[in-house]
Amino acid sequence: MSYSKTSIWQPMSSEVASLSIWGAFARQFMRHCKSLVGSPADAINPLLFFFMVVTLFPLGLGPDPQRLAGMAPGILWVVALLSSLMVSAKLFASDYEDGSLEQLAMAPYPLAVLVMGEVAAHWIATGVLLALVSPVFATMLGLSSAALPTLVASLMLGTLSLTLIGAVGSALTVSIRRGGLLLSLLIIPLNVPVLIFGTTAVSEAVIDGNTVSWLALLGGLALGSLALLPLAIGAALRVSLDN
Amino acid sequence: MWTIIHKMGSPPWFFRISGVLVRWLLPITVMLLVCGALWGLLVAPPDFRQGNSYRIIYIHVPSAVVALAGYYVMAFAGAVSLIWRIKMADVTMRAAAPVGAVLTAIALVTGAIWGKPTWGTWWVWDARITSMLILLFLYLGVVALFEAYENKTAAARACAVLSLVGTVNIPIIYKSVDWWYSLHQPASIKFTGESAIDASMLYPLLLMIVAFYCLFAVAVLLNMRAELTWQHRESGWLRQIVSGA
Repeated sequence: MSYSKTSIWQPMSSEVASLSIWGAFARQFMRHCKSLVGSPADAINPLLFFFMVVTLFPLGLGPDPQRLAGMAPGILWVVALLSSLMVSAKLFASDYEDGSLEQLAMAPYPLAVLVMGEVAAHWIATGVLLALVSPVFATMLGLSSAALPTLVASLMLGTLSLTLIGAVGSALTVSIRRGGLLLSLLIIPLNVPVLIFGTTAVSEAVIDGNTVSWLALLGGLALGSLALLPLAIGAALRVSLDN
Repeated sequence: MWTIIHKMGSPPWFFRISGVLVRWLLPITVMLLVCGALWGLLVAPPDFRQGNSYRIIYIHVPSAVVALAGYYVMAFAGAVSLIWRIKMADVTMRAAAPVGAVLTAIALVTGAIWGKPTWGTWWVWDARITSMLILLFLYLGVVALFEAYENKTAAARACAVLSLVGTVNIPIIYKSVDWWYSLHQPASIKFTGESAIDASMLYPLLLMIVAFYCLFAVAVLLNMRAELTWQHRESGWLRQIVSGA
């Protein structure tokens, strides 16, 4: 990795303190985008995971195309949820271990805004990417092509909520050794509405039904999460730093 | 007003008051439970379609009602502890979580036992059952998170954050599971009981709900006292109360 991770924030430096809140957000965002470009495995591995777990379903359920097509919305959404669970486990781990999280907590900006830069970059690298690639897997499962735009849109909106909820879980468990399993216990119940709205939107699209209201619900969840959860993530990170 | 809140934040004061409270509340709870159970199980008439098997609602409904209310008690305590950093609120939250989890589990198990003779199956993915299952997961998450933290002050704050996020989410979860159920499931299994419950069955049920609220309060208070005893096992005031009383 070519960038330096630790000397990003120097709270007393006038250059940093002169950034606006948006500037601080953008700086965090860019920093994490660069880190993802530096190690593309972080973005590619979740896709591979998604691909492999999708492959398991025809093997487990049998290759009957009609049956698979009927189950495709559920399969795709459950696997998307699992893959977001996998990646959020490591979301704040390296920042916590190398101490940059403590520097962020001391920076003269709200911690919630700074970590949102990180979460946004993470969402683009995992959620948006997954949504864009998902038509390939969906077609392999035999999902009708009319439902593909809805699938992409629902995953795009839904993974934003999933990423934010996952970030809360990750922030709560980052200081705990072997926090991975605990993380799934914490956030799977919270992810239930996203799963329901997402699957239903795609299922409705298959039968040419009412998708807009379900997508609107997903969007509402995403906006609500965007408004409230950064505060929870910031508070949870401060708790973890105290542990 | 503020002095009372300050007093409530003081462990020695709380320990004394809760001792008195438990001494009164415990016999009342036992009495209510025995009366409610006898009334519900022996006196109330059998249901004309379900016979006697419906009587499990005298355990099932109260535990489900109090389990839901318990989550809000826990989340409220969590909010108080986050905002005002009152230690006693931490203890309350910590004490309420396992009690709520057990009540949720009781509601699920008694529901399954009731479902076998009535619906012919132990489990259906009904909206309310599924929501209760998710509530159980939420409770277990709080308990597990608390156990995982080494620093117990941080643990309490972490659980407070989690239970607050859960509180905002609970209505959304309920609504979404409701919609999910009405969309995916044909209404193959109908609730067999009539819509309005007869007064002769309702009064013992209400009595049992009150009894379960008292039971919840007693269990949480006892749990809090145990926690305080552990936390202050070295302090002089505790030794004084224990030996003096």
